[in-house]
Amino acid sequence: MKIRNKNTKDTSSRAAACRISVVVALLAGLLNWTWAAAADDLPPIKVGVLHSLSGTMAISEVSLRDVVLMAVEEINGKGGVCISANGSKMCRKIEPVVVDPASNWDLFAEKAKQLLLVDKVAVVFGCWTSVSRKSVLPVFEGNNGLLFYPVQYEGEECSHNVFYTGAAVNQQAVPAVDYLMSEEGGGYKKFYLLGTDYVYPRTTNKILRAMLKARGVPEENIREEYTPFHHQDYQQIVQKIKAFAAGGKMAVISTINGDSNVPFYKEFANQGLTAGDVPIMAFSVAEDELRGMDTSALIGHLTAWNYFQSVDTPQNKEFVKNFKAYTKRNNLPDGDKRVTDDPMEAAYFGVYLWKQAVEKAGTTDVDAVRKAAYGMEFLAPGGKIKLDERSHHTYKPVLIGEILKDGQFKVVWRSAGLVKPEPWSEFTNPDKGCDWVDHEGTYTKK
Amino acid sequence: MMPRTGRLVLGLALAAALALSPSRVPAQSSATPAAEAARALGDLASADGAIRQGAVETLGNLEDPAVLPTLEALRAGRLYLWTQPDGRRELVIAREKVTREGKEVLPLARAYDQERLRSADGQDLYADPQELEEVSADRRLRGILQQVIERLRLLSPESKVRKAAAKTLAERGDPVALPWLHQAFTREKDPWTRQAIEEGFCLLTLSHPRADERIGAAHRLAEIHGTNALPRLQELLTQEQDASALAVEKDAVRSLETWTHLTRTAYAVFSGLSLGSILMLMALGLAITFGLMGVINMAHGELMMVGAYATFVMQGWFQAYLPAALFDFYFLAALPLAFVVAGGCGWLLERTIIRFLYGRPLETLLATWGVSLIFIQVARNWFGDLTAVIAPDWLSGGLEVMAGVQLPYNRLFIIAFTGGCVTVIHFLLTRSSVGLRMRAVTQNREMAACLGVRTGRVDAWAFALGAGLAGVAGWALCLIGNVEPGLGQNYIVDSFIVVVTGGVGKLAGTIVAALGIGWLNTLFELTTDSAVMGKVLILILVVLFLQRRPSGLFPARGRSVEA
Repeated sequence: MKIRNKNTKDTSSRAAACRISVVVALLAGLLNWTWAAAADDLPPIKVGVLHSLSGTMAISEVSLRDVVLMAVEEINGKGGVCISANGSKMCRKIEPVVVDPASNWDLFAEKAKQLLLVDKVAVVFGCWTSVSRKSVLPVFEGNNGLLFYPVQYEGEECSHNVFYTGAAVNQQAVPAVDYLMSEEGGGYKKFYLLGTDYVYPRTTNKILRAMLKARGVPEENIREEYTPFHHQDYQQIVQKIKAFAAGGKMAVISTINGDSNVPFYKEFANQGLTAGDVPIMAFSVAEDELRGMDTSALIGHLTAWNYFQSVDTPQNKEFVKNFKAYTKRNNLPDGDKRVTDDPMEAAYFGVYLWKQAVEKAGTTDVDAVRKAAYGMEFLAPGGKIKLDERSHHTYKPVLIGEILKDGQFKVVWRSAGLVKPEPWSEFTNPDKGCDWVDHEGTYTKK
Repeated sequence: MMPRTGRLVLGLALAAALALSPSRVPAQSSATPAAEAARALGDLASADGAIRQGAVETLGNLEDPAVLPTLEALRAGRLYLWTQPDGRRELVIAREKVTREGKEVLPLARAYDQERLRSADGQDLYADPQELEEVSADRRLRGILQQVIERLRLLSPESKVRKAAAKTLAERGDPVALPWLHQAFTREKDPWTRQAIEEGFCLLTLSHPRADERIGAAHRLAEIHGTNALPRLQELLTQEQDASALAVEKDAVRSLETWTHLTRTAYAVFSGLSLGSILMLMALGLAITFGLMGVINMAHGELMMVGAYATFVMQGWFQAYLPAALFDFYFLAALPLAFVVAGGCGWLLERTIIRFLYGRPLETLLATWGVSLIFIQVARNWFGDLTAVIAPDWLSGGLEVMAGVQLPYNRLFIIAFTGGCVTVIHFLLTRSSVGLRMRAVTQNREMAACLGVRTGRVDAWAFALGAGLAGVAGWALCLIGNVEPGLGQNYIVDSFIVVVTGGVGKLAGTIVAALGIGWLNTLFELTTDSAVMGKVLILILVVLFLQRRPSGLFPARGRSVEA
């Protein structure tokens, strides 16, 4: 992982360097140190890690904390975040401040406030569910904080204070359905949109419905259904799917979340449906969830992501190896049996993107970092990615994988190059755009 | 014989005559492919698209299932021409790539018999991807390939594969498959696969240019309940020119629609029973601890979780210490373990916490809720999240009872098991001296104590029994869902609803309430077409019911346990 140092002659960087030296001076004076402060003596940059470590979301979010801390450790191991100013290079270590919002949406806002106002962190890496992101949004916008959000989400958001390193709907769900409709993907004509009842599935399915309509799929060939969180009894739903599948060419698009997946896939298989008859395309099932499941009923079904652990690049092999070594070294549960997945990759390269932006900006000041980050490229484990020039979202490749017995994925399709993020879907909000350069965020297209 | 109508027999004869080649006895897989197959396999590597297409067709006509892996490899882009060191060229199938000595290489297998390629000294051969020349399949070839692959799959030893192949061929809608399906049908022994193949045959015949053929097919589809053909028949209604055919097709659509409703209803009855039995199993333990003893145990769900984890542990032991052949029995072996471990936890819980809180329901509620949180976090820290319980083979899949209705074995098993549990508990409570004591203590503690019953001990054992039953419920739930620390939380509310609705203190109430709620939930889900609404309606109904009858279906006459 090579990070280039960019020399910028930005005036703000000089100002920031001044500010840093003032802080250093104060500290040095206080502790009665000499003025010749070496680079290592500079105070570390504090960053917040806001992921649930207990409660229902812990099962997914703990891995994101691990991978963020690993990125921090890697960066610190190479000297930290280095800012060049006035011909000299100043490096500062990163100090993570880890808090536990305990899968509680109100606590997310509270902890975010604490990170920004009490700990005064430069940036926060965090959140998984859309509802947790929505709950911290006012905090970050009100205090001009910076959040790197690593999970695929439903779009329709264009915040000044969030960088979205996960996929928007057009970078996951839309290409996945296009694939199913293509000859290569099986030429499916009927779609059963099944999800857990909350904002991500509802919005995604709204967009998919509009998209299917635009592609000429008649209304009667689309079904939409939602189940409560933790739903366990899928008997009737599988019956309905079976009836709807009569005549063939039908696929299930699943946005089912969390622990409902196993009962659903089991019931599906036990009632005699196979991936050959009716494939299930899922958007919320990744390697990290699969490792704790009985995968026998899932084999052959599909998922769409921007990264799989099985992606065959040298930097990914390095990433997977390092992560397993990291979890083993730090005695984390399950040690080197741990796996990497899409949100983890996005959380990981988020840290590097921020570091790169700080080095380019020459300061940790939020506004300067944001400007520096536009259009920034990074060689992530899954391949090169790029931040959008205007919208705080990320250009990503799209991959479709088939679930294997060991809980890994075989890539069956990949997009040609990177897909441009669309926070506002062209199908549901064709007139809206997200632009922080020429506009004030969300704007109406002419 | 499949077609009862004479007209269809005629159609079959025609179709058979159309067949490209007479049927052959499939060549048994031998070390060297038959001469014809060898030639065709060689042609696959030809540069000429027409020759390759001919080769694929020839391979299909041979009806030799042994060529299937080669054709599948061709479709998946894993079939290569490999130039050997001595200049000979061979058709090979490449397996998943491996890294050897820092280089990525492909393990090779010979086409046709899939024999692993070895060098003269017996070493496995690997090839650099650059040494291989891919035998590519263009769009046109892929179409034919798909058809030939499905045709060969009709010969598969697995009925599931044959069924799926028949379905796929019918859905592709190419009449070229008619003679293949006909042959497959005459060979087929398994009744449900026969039905699927016949359905596919009739579905294809629906596109026949002659009206009498279509009439015969529609007739037959209605007879064999070929619901898969329903969309095609409905489509046909709008296009049909022939009046008599239209009448028959209309009849067929009507009859198939009726059949679909019938199967939906039949399945709804079953799924109501299944849901009810699961609710009953979960609530059975609670019916003792809460119903008979009056303890509000919020950790009941976590005792289920303990049972599920006991199953997981037993699975681990079987994997570690016993031969793989015995693996499927781990599930039965886990039953007593789940009961004992959960029961033991319950006993400890009663002795250390609950017995000091009898008669103080609010404190009990808070204390046990705290205990439940401890259980969850301990499970998370102890087991991590690598806790997949693999359903044993004999409980996977299902029993096909009529066309389109397959009853999953795991659900049938749980229904039977719940029945057994209820019977045992019933006799234990009413016919055994232990049960007598338990009932005596529940009904009048002082009097029971006066008569020499050691009430403290009875309480502990009764609570342990309830907890053990929760563990057994957790064991059974491994078949349906996931094993994870929060497992109990999903079920605790449902269990309380069942016991409260049934009437605290009566086993019969729990049984009736569980089945009633199971069926009503299914009914509501069926009528409102939404799982969320089904659940909401059930809760409204329970609230209204409890307004009218606060003490439930079967109000208890005795007293709850007092301090």
